[in-house]
Amino acid sequence: MNPTLHSILAFVQTWWVELLCAVLIVLVVPLIAGYLVLVERKVMADMPARLGPMRVGPHGLLQPIADALKLLIKEDSIPDNADRFIFWLAPVLSMTAALTSMGAIAFGPWFQVARDINIGLLFVVGVSSLGPFGIVLGGWASNNHYSIIGALRSTAQLISYETTAGFALVSGLLLAGTLNVRAIVEAQRTDHAWYIFLAPVGFSTYLIASIAETNRAPFDLPAAASELVAGYMTEYSGFRWSLYFVAEYANMIVVASVGTTLFLGGWLRPFPNVHWLGWLDAAPILLLAAVGVYYVFRAGKQPARVQSLVMWAVAFFSLVVSAIFVFASPFSHLPLAKMHDGLYGAFWFLLKVSAYIYIFMWLRFTLPRFRFEQLMRLGWHILIPLALVNVVGVAIALALHSEFSWNRWLATFFTTLATLGAAMMLLRWNDKYSAAVSAALLADSSIAEDPHAG
Amino acid sequence: MMPIGHYLFLSLALFLIGVIGVITRRNVIIVLMSIELILNAVNINLVAFSRYFGAVAGQVFALFIIADAAAEAAVGLGIIIAFFRNRETVLADEMDLLKW
Amino acid sequence: MLDSVIFYFFAGIAVISAALMVTRRNAIHSAVFLITTLLATAGIFLQLRAEFLFIAQIILYVGGIMVLFIFVIMLVRLDVPLPQIRSGLQKWIALFVALTVGVEAGVVIFLARKAPGQGLLIPNPAPADKLPPNTEELANSLFRSYLLPFEIASVLLLVAMVGAVVMAKKRTEAP
Repeated sequence: MNPTLHSILAFVQTWWVELLCAVLIVLVVPLIAGYLVLVERKVMADMPARLGPMRVGPHGLLQPIADALKLLIKEDSIPDNADRFIFWLAPVLSMTAALTSMGAIAFGPWFQVARDINIGLLFVVGVSSLGPFGIVLGGWASNNHYSIIGALRSTAQLISYETTAGFALVSGLLLAGTLNVRAIVEAQRTDHAWYIFLAPVGFSTYLIASIAETNRAPFDLPAAASELVAGYMTEYSGFRWSLYFVAEYANMIVVASVGTTLFLGGWLRPFPNVHWLGWLDAAPILLLAAVGVYYVFRAGKQPARVQSLVMWAVAFFSLVVSAIFVFASPFSHLPLAKMHDGLYGAFWFLLKVSAYIYIFMWLRFTLPRFRFEQLMRLGWHILIPLALVNVVGVAIALALHSEFSWNRWLATFFTTLATLGAAMMLLRWNDKYSAAVSAALLADSSIAEDPHAG
Repeated sequence: MMPIGHYLFLSLALFLIGVIGVITRRNVIIVLMSIELILNAVNINLVAFSRYFGAVAGQVFALFIIADAAAEAAVGLGIIIAFFRNRETVLADEMDLLKW
Repeated sequence: MLDSVIFYFFAGIAVISAALMVTRRNAIHSAVFLITTLLATAGIFLQLRAEFLFIAQIILYVGGIMVLFIFVIMLVRLDVPLPQIRSGLQKWIALFVALTVGVEAGVVIFLARKAPGQGLLIPNPAPADKLPPNTEELANSLFRSYLLPFEIASVLLLVAMVGAVVMAKKRTEAP
């Protein structure tokens, strides 16, 4: 027994950082997913100037805890003729795919479960392609017509937009030259540019494809409450439903992280190479200190005494922590000070991921829903050709830069213009084509009207 | 670093289970799945030898086999769907149009 | 030590779920067990340091082909277990054939087995840290030495796609 125990201990000793990150992901992500729901409700309420959940806890901050408690104590009902094994397996698959794909994402220069894998980004994309399984098996196992239709539509949507997302990522990867997540961020540092500026069409295509990949509005027909009851999630209740739910929000975090890493510069601060903007490095600490000062000024004006005390406590805590960070930089031999890089990087990364997710929530409230055939037409007829043309365009820009020594910005600017021109021609051709198909269908009245043909 | 015999035994085991599946099952979809299992066994064999000889050609061949398996599965399932529309069955015993 | 633990783990999962796959009555259960077999095979690829093939297996086989299988199984509605004609003879013939081939090939492998470094046929495999990056090596090989097969494979996939769509399309009846 001793040599086995010894080798297990040696394993843990070598890989303790990665194991710690993995454990943190499994424990913390469901909590973050819960709070993302609260953020979404608050943001969606903010659009028409409402307030959102305010009742549970101060400003509704304990709402996710209440929701989680409710879901945990709910009755776990399984439909009569449902296949029990698959019914149990499906949410587990969804959750596993979502959490495993977080393993290769670098949430900062320190926090990454699987470091230095040469296929980092492809690993994330690949493992998140296991997500549709949870959906289609769950819909089928529910033995319910609405569930099956919702599940099949949702899976068809997901696998259609996976191709688009892949091509959009390829256009960014051509610029980066590697699949290793850290090397991609380092490449953006050495190129003095976030790749969103060098490949804007790629970023926009990836944004649209990632909205469709996570079943968010305006692509949420298969899971919309008013359309198909709740799609594939209809028969799930209690803890199983919360697994699906956490998987959906974890997927959102994953696609936002991939987009941030490849297009928005990962954990780099804005203008990472400009020396006189070096004070931006301390932006998180300045932000914390500003929050502390603001709370000091507002604490006296709270209506209830409990609220005043809490605000004083938060203000004190934030001022003390920022003081430690500001004045501890001479003590660089302390392990706390070594975490500077990691923490600051994580702050910028999470800020960009939050901005990306905010765009998701903004679009959810703003745009109406797509019909299913409009969604599929957008994916196959418009976005995949556009993503292909974009890859060719970025490749031409890189060839111009390396073979003919054009300036990188100039080359990408011209090829972006060419891609947008191709996109407009594509849209015009698509309109003419669908008009022709509809005209042919109407003229030939012996063929039954197929609503999915136009 | 495992001795290569281990990988060859694993590949053999999967291959034989796939062959049993192809011979025994009546449902042609499960027969197709067993064929995919056979192709996977061959892939393991190729990649093991590629690693032990240091030649990347084995992995390239395995990649082509995966692409080919995708094409074959798509066409095979298309045939099954077309047949099912005509005859309402997917059992190999009942696909006996050529018998007399 | 870690190597052998990972190998036996993935190999065990692969063989057990393959055996389960060919014996289930419910086709969806078979598909789920094939998914676990394919994931275990991907794990074996990873253990052989073939990283790109690992992720290609997951994206293409598991994320593509198996989704297609599950769609078709749902389309032909085979979720009810079909009555099996227990023709016992077929089962025993299959087992006998498999056992014979297995024993033959197994004896050959067993007699020719060599630890790494021994034997004339298989030289020392490169230790894991000194391997060149797998994706770059595969890409170099694919786009230089094997460019023609690559292009032919893309034509093959196009033909397969068109063929599958044509065959599975509903025929609108002309009057």
